[in-house]
Amino acid sequence: MDWVNAVLQGVLLGGLYALFAAGLSLIFGVMRLVNIAHGDFIVLAAFLGLVVTTTLGMHPLAALAIVVPFMALLGYVLQRCILNQTLGNDILPPLLVTFGLSVIIQNGLLEIFTANPQKLSAGALETASIPLGGGLNAGVLPILTFAAAVAIIAFLQWIFYRTSLGRAFRAVSDNQDIAQLMGLNKSHIFGLAMALSMAVIAIAGIFLAVRTSFDPSVGPARLIFGFEAVIIGGLGNLWGTLIGGIILGVSQNIGAQINPGWQLLAGHIAFLIVLAVRPRGLFPRVDG
Amino acid sequence: MSAATDHIIVQSSRASRAASIVALLLLAILVAAPWWAGRADLRLFGEIYLYVALACLWNFLAGYAGLVSVGQQAFVGFGGYCLFGMAMFLGIHPMATIPFIFVLGALISVPVAVLIFRLRGAYFAIGTWVIAEVFRLTAAQISALGGGSGTSIPVDIIRSIAASRSGREHAAYWAALAVAILVIACVYLFLRSRQGLALQAIRDNETAAQAMGIDIWRTKFFVYVVTAGLTSAVGALIFLQKLRISPDAAFSVNDWTAFVIFIVVIGGIGTIEGPIVGTIVFFLLRETLADLGSAYLLILGVVAIVVMLRAPSGLWGFVKSRTGLELFPTTRRVVPKHKD
Repeated sequence: MDWVNAVLQGVLLGGLYALFAAGLSLIFGVMRLVNIAHGDFIVLAAFLGLVVTTTLGMHPLAALAIVVPFMALLGYVLQRCILNQTLGNDILPPLLVTFGLSVIIQNGLLEIFTANPQKLSAGALETASIPLGGGLNAGVLPILTFAAAVAIIAFLQWIFYRTSLGRAFRAVSDNQDIAQLMGLNKSHIFGLAMALSMAVIAIAGIFLAVRTSFDPSVGPARLIFGFEAVIIGGLGNLWGTLIGGIILGVSQNIGAQINPGWQLLAGHIAFLIVLAVRPRGLFPRVDG
Repeated sequence: MSAATDHIIVQSSRASRAASIVALLLLAILVAAPWWAGRADLRLFGEIYLYVALACLWNFLAGYAGLVSVGQQAFVGFGGYCLFGMAMFLGIHPMATIPFIFVLGALISVPVAVLIFRLRGAYFAIGTWVIAEVFRLTAAQISALGGGSGTSIPVDIIRSIAASRSGREHAAYWAALAVAILVIACVYLFLRSRQGLALQAIRDNETAAQAMGIDIWRTKFFVYVVTAGLTSAVGALIFLQKLRISPDAAFSVNDWTAFVIFIVVIGGIGTIEGPIVGTIVFFLLRETLADLGSAYLLILGVVAIVVMLRAPSGLWGFVKSRTGLELFPTTRRVVPKHKD
C-alpha cells in the first residue's frame, strides 16, 4: 500500500511540477527564450503572496487576485524593457541576462526577507484530506493544485489554438519577420507571452508557498524541476508537460520510498533516462 | 597568384611580442611572491589564479565553442572530492593526485557530454545544471566522505605536503599559479592550432564551417572533455586550499559558475584577455564591496546585465575594438610579405 500511496502522491506532486513547467514551455514555444530566472520568479510570487496575506489578512488563494495581475504586469514590462533587447540569433544574451536576473532576485529577496524559511498559512485547507479507502488519503491541497494545473494547461491550450492572440503567438513562433510583415507587433506579442507566463508563475508560486516552506534560495531547484518536466514531456507540448511533471513527481516519490536521500536523485535519473532513450522527449511537437 | 606570394598570414604583432616580454617579467615577480608578499596576500593571489583558470575555461567553452554551461561546478566539486578521496583512502600525495584528477574529470565528462549534447542552446545550459545537481546529490550519499555535511583533510595528510605552515602555503600558491598558467597556455595554443581555427570557424558560422568539412560534434566534444578535465584539476586545488569539503560548497552554482560567468561577461567573452581582466575587476570589486554582503551580489548582477545589453563584448572587447590590441594573438591577419 505504501507504494500505491507513493505513486498517488507523486501524481499529485506532478501537478505542481506541471505548474512550474507550463510558463517555461509557453515562452520557449513563442520566442525560444529560456528564462533561467523562472524559478526565482516563482519564489518572488510566493513572497508577494506572503506580503499580501500578512498585510491584508487575506486567504492565500484570494491573494491570487492581486499577485497574478501584478506578476503579469511585471512580466510584460520586463519583456518590453529588457528581454526583447536580448532576443536574436545569439543564445548567450538572453541566457546571461536571465541568469543575472536570477542572482538579483535571490539577493534582493535575501536583503528584504532574510534567509528565514517562510510559509503561507491556508488554515484548514493545509491539512484537509479525502479518504480514498484502503488506508489511502489524498490531500485537498494537492488535488486542488493538480486540478489547477489541468485547468491552466487546458486554458493555455485554448488560447493557443482557439483565439486570435494564440494565432499571433503561433505566427511569431513560426516566423518572426513574416508575422511582423503581416502587421503583428512582435515586441508586444512577446510581452503578452511573458505576461501570461508570469501569471502562471504567480499561481505556481502561491501553491508552492501553501504546500511547503520557502526561502530566497529555493528558486533554482524549481527551475530545474520545471525544465525536466518540459524535456520529459517533449518540447512545445503542454499536455506532454503535464505528463512530464507526473513522471518526475512519481519518480521522486518512488525514490524517496526506497531511501529518503534518493528523492531528488531519482527524479534527475528519470530525466536522464528519458534524455538517453528519447532525446526529443516523450511527445515532442517543436524543435529546440 | 600574386596574392599568395606577396602576402603572408601572421598571428603575432609588435604589441603581442612586447606583451609576452612584460608577461614573462610579471610571471617572474609572481613566482617570487612568497618572498615579498604577506600571508593573506598569498592566499588572495592563489584564489585569484584559480578564478582566472576557471574563467578561462568557461570562456573557452562558452565564448569559443558556444557551449554555454551553468554546470561547471559539477567538475569543480568532482575534482575536490577526488582529491579528498585519493589522499584519504589511497594515500596518494595530494599534489600527485592532480594529474590523475585531470584524467578522471575528462573521463567522467565523456558520458555526460554524450547525454547533454542532445540538448541545444539554453536547454543545454540547464541540462549541465541537472548534471551538477546529480553530482552534488551523489556526493552527499558518500558517507565515507562525510555525506551531506562533508569532511576535512586529516592533519597528517596536510603535513605530508610540507612540514611547515609557510611551506604548505607556498606550495599551494605555486600550484595555483602553475595551473592558471597551464590553463591559459592550453587555451592559447589550442586556439592557435588548426583545431582552434576550426573551433573559431564554428563559432562564427556553424553551417559554413560544416560545409568546409569540420566535424562540429567532435570539435565541441573535444573542447568539453578537455575543459572538464582541467576544471576538475582546478577544483582539486581549490579544495586543497580550503582543506574542507562539503557537497553544498563543492557544487555551489554561485561560487563556481555565477561568479565565473560574471567575470567573463564583464571582462569580455570570446577573448583570452577578457577573463583575466574580468577576474582582476571582480576581485577589486569584492575587496571594496564585500562588506555589503548580498547587496554586493545584487550589484554584480546589475553590472553584468548592463554590460551584456550595452557592451556585449565586455571591457576587453571595448579595448580591442578601439585599438585592435591582442596580447594573446589568435586572430589571423593577412599582411604584405616585406613588412610585418
